[in-house]
This record gives sequence, structure tokens and C-alpha cells, in this order.
Amino acid sequence: MIKNDTLSRVLYIDLSKMKSFVKDRKDLFEKYLGGTGVATQLLLEECPEGIDAFAPEAPIIFAVGPLTGAFPLASKTCAMFKSPHTGDLGESHAGGRSAIAIRMAGYGAIVIKGKSEIPIYLSISNGKVLFKNATTLWGMKDGSIAARVMRQSEGGEGLRAIFRIGQAGENMATFANVTTETYRHFGRLGLGAIFGSKMLKGIVISGKQMIEVANKKEYRSLYDQIYKAATELPVMKKYHDVGTAININSLNSAKALPVKNLQMSSTEDIKAVTGEEIAKHHLARRVACAHCPVACIHLAYLREAYDDDPYFYKTIPVCYDFELIYSLGTMVGITEPKALLKLIDIVEQVGVDAMSMGVILAWITEMFEKNMITKDDLNGISISWGDVEGYIKLVKNISKPATDFLKACAHGVDYASKIYGGKEFAMQFGKNEMPGYHTGPAGYLGFLLGARHSHLDNGGYSIDQKELIKVDLSPEQVVDKLLDEEAIRQILSSIAVCFFARGIYELKLVSEAIKLLGFDLDENKLHEIGKQIHLNKYKFKMREGFRIEKLEVPERIYETPDPTGKITKDFIKSGLDYAKNLIN
Amino acid sequence: MKLSVKDVMRCVGCQSCMFACSRRSGNAGLSNTCIGVKSTGGISRGYTVIVCRSCENPPCANVCPTGALVPKEGGGVRLISSKCIGCGLCKDACIIDAVFWNEEQNKPVICVQCGYCVDYCPYEVLELITDKKGVSHD
Repeated sequence: MIKNDTLSRVLYIDLSKMKSFVKDRKDLFEKYLGGTGVATQLLLEECPEGIDAFAPEAPIIFAVGPLTGAFPLASKTCAMFKSPHTGDLGESHAGGRSAIAIRMAGYGAIVIKGKSEIPIYLSISNGKVLFKNATTLWGMKDGSIAARVMRQSEGGEGLRAIFRIGQAGENMATFANVTTETYRHFGRLGLGAIFGSKMLKGIVISGKQMIEVANKKEYRSLYDQIYKAATELPVMKKYHDVGTAININSLNSAKALPVKNLQMSSTEDIKAVTGEEIAKHHLARRVACAHCPVACIHLAYLREAYDDDPYFYKTIPVCYDFELIYSLGTMVGITEPKALLKLIDIVEQVGVDAMSMGVILAWITEMFEKNMITKDDLNGISISWGDVEGYIKLVKNISKPATDFLKACAHGVDYASKIYGGKEFAMQFGKNEMPGYHTGPAGYLGFLLGARHSHLDNGGYSIDQKELIKVDLSPEQVVDKLLDEEAIRQILSSIAVCFFARGIYELKLVSEAIKLLGFDLDENKLHEIGKQIHLNKYKFKMREGFRIEKLEVPERIYETPDPTGKITKDFIKSGLDYAKNLIN
Repeated sequence: MKLSVKDVMRCVGCQSCMFACSRRSGNAGLSNTCIGVKSTGGISRGYTVIVCRSCENPPCANVCPTGALVPKEGGGVRLISSKCIGCGLCKDACIIDAVFWNEEQNKPVICVQCGYCVDYCPYEVLELITDKKGVSHD
């Protein structure tokens, strides 16, 4: 890397001692680039084996990449931690201004350990870390208010990121998230709960430094090439126009969209919540992450009347995308857009992973329908498919649980179903609640084998839709493809670009771009590094007790029709057996 | 030529213009940007785009104690970096915060109205207009 690049500066913060220091870790960045690659190594270094995810010694790690602040779409921050939700690797990516702000503040990674005795937030700028008292922000029912206070108290407008948790994080619901810039999230696997366990309400970070490049002329020329691709290529148009929500219609038509806890894989009642219809009637504004011209963030405005006063309204901006329409829409039987937006809004307020929450709500509904739980378990709430007011109450109750059953739900659907039954329709994979892709066996193998149990680890759903729907592949072939793709995605999340830009940032281009930041690595070498990063992640997972043979698959996936017709127990088992031999 | 905000309501906050402006120096990052995009009290309320309005009687130049900021014919100022002592009075004098600051050099960065940023706004928020008289254009 380039000699003076601040990328290799790692900021270590100890919340117990209220101290911070910076260490140069060129060793890590030169070997693993940044982002996921570096964060994995820092996690292996900093996280004591077998530790409770909520112990003060358990670290939170953020890392950005060499391309952050230099090229468009390299705007992701990788967060790593021991997941309180799964007990193994916690990895979550967010955009907004998070990555740009960390890089521009002069750091490549941040490691936070310890636990504060009082609620605090961190203010990081101009080379200083300030520990600010956040007692007054603790316990607010809407997390966005805390963010507003931090916004008004701190400087760096336009150049800062504001991370914060909501009430669910404070109460350590294991799927609580961290929100940045109001609408972006470190969504999956419970980073918000780790913040809560450390009494860390939020972080404000800003800066505007220079990043030196190796060749100014080539830099500008390559920049223009990538910028042109980002703004003109059809592959980016989907994210730019209707957004990911465009997939609702196609997945529903293909019978790949989970409906009512995947009792069905499509619904006739879909029209009003398709991406096209929501855009037509509710889309109010599109916004972008810093240094990304695509602007894929879609905000709808929800106008609601107050019952007690005529001509008195509130208008709430609500961010939506494919995953939210699935998890808080079709998965719980909501197909009316205003109801959907209301449910999304409360989920944002309490600060939880929307996918996990939707799957949990769906499982609760089925449990209640089957009389496996009572109204008392739900703190007096009756629930049925599509009942938005009931779901809003449940979201609040799970974030601040009063009954044993709701407390169990705050640990996720795997944990709760082990106590209360209903495992066969508890839609979790590796203890993480499913995303909205009932596309075929590759999707499910992808969720099970992906290092962080995300549909974005390896794009298994894409193998289903592009290949398995037309041709036969053996389980072994599918696993090989998944692992190969995962190695490539480790590179993308290490440099660290948005996966939406994977059609632009092919390894050849990555090699050219990082060369301008002083990394001399060809495509083959990058592929090798990707494989190594993937192995390192598995090293952490195995160390913390993850075993492929322990994975449990809900029966429901074998019962509900899918587009390939190939989701069988044999296929999944053969795939897992094959992967076990490769990985173990 | 004069840089102008054509329609701020189209801004998505991607800050491509800011990176473009800083990239004129040849390097990456944001240290040299003299255009600013920030939310208007939260992203949902949209954005504020700050560009130098090339004032005809520029307050920034009027307060410069060393003559480092020289008013240009038709509006705006030119920075003579060798004369600048980095006192920051110009920054305080600009009530729209269009005098930006290079922290590494401790000197202002002043828009030269080159329009490089315009080509990197994918949503036509910015434009470069011909205006010898320096008449206001938003």
C-alpha cells in the first residue's frame, strides 16, 4: 500500500478505561486488503475463544477498504463481532456515510472493547475520541430521536456518520441492529445488542482528509470508467429505478416468495406491494450512500390522520426495499402498502433486523393459530395474519419483553422454537432467520453454508434462478459454485464495495483499482486471498462451535412449491455432507 | 462562467460532486473539495448543496488581512496561497459556509468556477452558467 495512506491505522477504543490509541497494522492490510479480510483477522486476535458475546472483552470491529473514498460504490463498512444470535461469526455490512466517514477520519479499522458503566456515545474527529454521556438518550422509544440529538450536538455536517441503537439494542434482543444515517443498517446478527451490552448508544465520526494515489492520470481515467459504468450500465438500473423491490413481482410469479411463514410461495394479493406499485403511489424521494451515484435508497411517505383531531396529520418517511416487503409484508400476510409501511416504521424505531423480526412474527402467528401458545404468552395480544396493529404491539413487546415467551422470541426463532416447539416451521438457517428467497436448493445451501448465513454471501438464489430452474446440477456442483462465489465476494467486501456493484467490480478491475492505492495483486492472487479470508472466517466459526452436522433445516422448505422443484432432503443433505468434507 | 445549483430538490446526497472537486488535485479523498452537500436536518428532508456564489463584493476578500483573496472581475475571488496565513476569517465571513477548509494545509479552498463537479452530478443538480454580471441564480 502507499506509504502515507492512513488505511492501516487501527483505532483501538477501551470503553472500560475510557481510553483510545492508534496502532499501525500495515501487516494486516497488506495481506487482507481491508474490510472483511482485515476485520476477520482482528476478530481472531481480539475475541477470546468461547467468550460470551456480551462479555466486555468481546470486541466490535469496523473496517473499511483501500477503495473507500477513492472510487465510487466502495462505500461499505464491514462490522465483525461474535454474534449473540448465532453464537459464532457476526458479520454485517452497512453503507450510508459510515465507510467514507471512517476513512476520511483517518482510519482503516476501529476496534471497540470493554464496557462503560454509564450510557455513552463516542465522538470521533480530528484524531480525537471523546466519550460523551448518553444517559439522557437511553430508553428513548424511537432510536431516531437519539440520532437527532447527536446530530445537533456534534459537528461535521455532511462529512459524518451517526451510528446508533434503539430500545431493542439497549435491551439486548439478539437480533438488534445498528442504524446509520437513519435508513442504513448493520442489520443482521445482533451488532445492536453488542452495543447495548457495552452501554454504547452510538458513534459520531467525521473527517475530510486526502488519499494519495499512485498515478494521478490513471486514477482519473479509471475513476471515469467506473463512474460511467455505475451511472449507465443496465446492470445498475434495477437498483436505481424501482430498486430491489422490483423482485417482489417476479419472485411471486415464480412461486419463490415466502408468504405467511412460507406456507405458500406466492399470493394473488400481491399487486399493491410490488415495487412498481409502491413507487407509483408512495415513493417520495430517492437517496444515496456517500460516494455512490446509484441512489438505491427508496423512501416512501406515509401520511396518517390522527383519530382525535380532524385535519391533523403526521407524515412519516419510511425506507423500503425487497427484504422489507417480504419480511414485514408477505411473510406476515400484509399486502396493503400503508399497513406495511407502518410496520416497517415501528421496526425502525425499536432498531431490529427487519428480516429476523418478520420471520419471528410469522412463526408466532402460526404458533398462535395452532394453539401452541396462548394470549397470555403474548402479553394479552391476539394475532392473526395481516393484523398490522397486532404486529406493531408485538414488535414493541419483543423489544421490551414482559413474558417468558416474548423473552425467548427476543433471542430469535431458533431459540424460541427449541423451548416452545414449532421447529419444523421456524424459518431459520444456522440460527439466522431466512431472507425472502424460496428459489431452490442452492439458495438454502447458500444460507446454511454462507460464512455469515446471509443470502448475499454467495448468491445461491441466483444459481437457482439462472441455472437450476433450467438444468440439473448435482449438490456437489452447487456447493462448488457457492464456495467459489463466496471467495470472490470476500474480496468485494474487503476492498470494500457494495455487492450491488459486483457486476462492475470484476477481479480484473479490482486489481487495476487497488494498484492505484499501492496494492500489486493480480486476479489469481486476489482469488487466493478471497479463499483464505473465507477459510479464516470458518476458522472463527469452528472455534466458536459451529458444525455443519449440527445445522437444522425446517421441514417447511420441503413442503412448499418452489420454482425448481428440486428442494429435497437428499439434495440438501448431500450438499452439506460434501461441504463438510471440504471445510472441516 | 459561474457554478450554480439548478435544482437542489433533485439531490440524492451521493456527494459525487464533492469527490470530483477534490479529485481535481489528482488525489482521492475530500480534503480539497469546495462544494458541500449535507442533509437539511436529516436525510428525509433532503439536502443542502453549498457552492460559492461568486459575490461581486465578496465578504471573504473584504476580511482577509493579508490580501490573499483577490476579488475577480464579474464576481468571486482568487486565492493567492503564498499570502494566506490560515487565520480563517474568510471562512467565518461567508454566511453560506462556501469557504471550505483544507485541514492538512490549514488554508481555504476556494471554488474556481471550473464546473468539473457538474459532469459528475448524475441528477442534474448543478450547472455552469454564463453570467458576466454575477447576477444571482439560486
